[in-house]
Amino acid sequence: MDMFLQLLVIGLAVGSIYALVALGFVLIYKSSDAINFAQGEFLLVGTYVCLTLITAYGIPFIPALLLTLIFSALLGWAIERVVLRPFIGEPVISMIMATIGLSSLMAGFVHLFWGTSTRVFPTIFPDAPVEIGPIVVSQVYIWSLFTVLALLAIFTLFFKYSKMGIAMRATADDQQAALSMGISVKKVFAVTWGISAIVSAVGGVLLGNINGVNSSLAAIGLKVLPVALLGGLDSIPGVIVGGFIIGILESLAGGYLDQQLGGGVKEVVPFIVLVLILMFKPYGLFGKREIERV
Amino acid sequence: MRSPFVSECGEFRTSYRQDMALYKVPRIRYRVYGILLLFALLPWVVSEYATSLATLCAIASIGAIGLNILTGYTGQISIGVGAFLGVGGYTSAVLTSTLGLSFWISLPLAGLVTALVGALFGIPSLRLKGLYLAMATLAAQVIILYTINHWDALTGGTGGMILSRPTLGGYSFDSEMSYYYLTLAVLVFVYIFTSNLFRSRTGRAFVAVRDRDLAAEVMGINLFRYKVLAFAISSFFVGLAGALMGHYTMVISPEHFEIGVSIEYLAMILIGGLGSVVGSIFGAIFITLLPVFLREVINTAAVYLPQVTEHFGALHQIIFGAIIILFLIYEPEGLAKIWRNIKDSCKLWPFSY
Repeated sequence: MDMFLQLLVIGLAVGSIYALVALGFVLIYKSSDAINFAQGEFLLVGTYVCLTLITAYGIPFIPALLLTLIFSALLGWAIERVVLRPFIGEPVISMIMATIGLSSLMAGFVHLFWGTSTRVFPTIFPDAPVEIGPIVVSQVYIWSLFTVLALLAIFTLFFKYSKMGIAMRATADDQQAALSMGISVKKVFAVTWGISAIVSAVGGVLLGNINGVNSSLAAIGLKVLPVALLGGLDSIPGVIVGGFIIGILESLAGGYLDQQLGGGVKEVVPFIVLVLILMFKPYGLFGKREIERV
Repeated sequence: MRSPFVSECGEFRTSYRQDMALYKVPRIRYRVYGILLLFALLPWVVSEYATSLATLCAIASIGAIGLNILTGYTGQISIGVGAFLGVGGYTSAVLTSTLGLSFWISLPLAGLVTALVGALFGIPSLRLKGLYLAMATLAAQVIILYTINHWDALTGGTGGMILSRPTLGGYSFDSEMSYYYLTLAVLVFVYIFTSNLFRSRTGRAFVAVRDRDLAAEVMGINLFRYKVLAFAISSFFVGLAGALMGHYTMVISPEHFEIGVSIEYLAMILIGGLGSVVGSIFGAIFITLLPVFLREVINTAAVYLPQVTEHFGALHQIIFGAIIILFLIYEPEGLAKIWRNIKDSCKLWPFSY
C-alpha cells in the first residue's frame, strides 16, 4: 500500500510536468491547427539556457529563470516567424515534416553548444525529503506539482479574461471570423509559439531538477502526444487530466510491471494508451468531436 | 537543332497495347535501358567502397518506394517505417539463423510478415487520418521496438542477432559486387511493380483515396480495403528492405530501427518527391550519401579547423533538419520536380517556353 501511494505521488508530480509541456503542444494546436514535434527540443533548449546562466554566469535561480523565459519566448516567436509561417494552410504532412525537421535542427544545435553528457542541475529546492504519512517524497516533486498547478491556473485566467487570451480563443475557434473582427492572427500565432516555448522551458527546468539534464530529455516531446490526445488535442482542462493519468499510469507500470517484464515498461505504456484512445475515443476525453471521420 | 534528349513528334500509336505501354516513346524506353545498363556496370568501374554505398542506396530505395506507396500515393502518413524495417530484418534473421531456412524463402516471408504487421497497424486508418494516423504509427514504432528489445528468447534483446550472407547453389553472395547485384535486382523488381501498380485499378484507387477520400468512397472505392492494402503493400517492400539490410550488415540490433530511421525515410520521400517512384530513389540516394559527403567535407575542413571533426553528429543533424525545412518551403515536390524541370528545359532548348 505504501509503495502504491508513493508511486501515486511521484506519478502525480511527473504527470503535472507532462501536463505543462502538453499545454504548449495544445496551445499551438488550438490556435493554428499545427502540431509541434519539436516540443521536446524547445524544452531542452530552455533547460540548457537556464543551466548555463546559473552555472557559467553565476546568476541566481529566479533571475536566471526569468531570463530563460524571455529567451524562450523570443525563440518561439522567431521560429514561428522563420520556419512555420510558410506552412499556414499547407497539408498536414508538410507541417509534421517541418516540425520534425525543426526538431532535428534544434537537437543539432544543442549538441553543438552543450555536448551530450548528462549534467546535474544545481539544487534549487531544499534537499530534505518530506514525509506525508507513510510516504517519503523529495521536495522537488512537491514544488513541481505546485508550480505547475499555479501556472495552469494563471493560463486558465489568462485565456478567460485577458484581451490576448480572448483573441487566442477566437482565433482557435475560427480564423476567418477572428480576422474580420480585427484580431491579428499572425500576432496571435507569434504569441502562441512564444508561450508554448515558455511552458516547455519551465517543464524542462523542473524535469532537469529531477533527472539531470541531457539530450534524452527531448524524448518527452513525443511522450506529450499521448497526454494531449488523451485529454483531447484542443482542451486545456483535458491536458491536466491527461497529464495526471499518463504520469500515474507510467509510474505504477514502472513500479509494478518492470520486474515481471524486464524493464522499460514505463516508456511504452503511454503509447499503448495512445493506441487504445485512438481506437476507441479519438477525440480524447474533452476534445471537440469534429475529427474528420472517414 | 533537335534536342538530343527527347523527341516526341511523329509517334503514332496504332494499338491499345502501345497506348498502355509504360514508356510510350521508344527513345525513352532505350534511355531507361541505358540507365539500367549504367547501374549494372557501376561496380566494375568504381571502388569496392563506392559499391557498398551503392548497395546501401539501393536498399534504402526499396524501403523509400515502399513508404512512398503509403504516404506519397495513398496520403497516409507513417512514422513507423523504422520499426517495420525491424520486423523484416528480424523475421529474416529468425527464419534463417534460428530455423535454418534458405534466404530465398525467408526474404519473401519477411516481406509477408511485415505486410501483416503493417496491415494490423493500418486498421486504425479506417477511422483516423492526418495527424491522428501519424500518432498511431508513432505508437506502432514505439511498441514494436519495445517488443524487439524485450522478447529476448526470439530476438536476442539488445544484443541483436547474427545473419549470414545468402548462397545460391554453391555460390555465396559475400562479395560487395555480388550483393550489389542482388539488391539491384530486387530494386528493379520493386520499381517495375510500383510503376505498374499506379497504372492499375488498385493504384488509381490509392490515388483517389489520397486526393479526396469521401469522393472516392462515393465512387465505390472500398476505403477500408484499399487503405489496409496500401499499408500491406508498402510494408511488404519495407520488410524486403529490412531483410536485405540485415543480410548485408550481417548483424542487427534494436538501435538500427529507432525512430530516427523512420524520420530519415520520411525525409527521403519528401526530398525525393511525394508520389514519385523515381523521386523515392533520388531521395534515398540523397539521404544515404549525405553523411558520407559531409564526412568528406569535414575531413577536408579538419586540416584548418581540427575541432570540427568531433561535431560531426551535431552538424549532420543540423544540415538534415535544415534540408528538410528548405525543401518543404522552396521545392515541396522534391528532387523529382527538379529532375522534371531539367528534362523540360532540355526538351525546349534553346527556347525557354
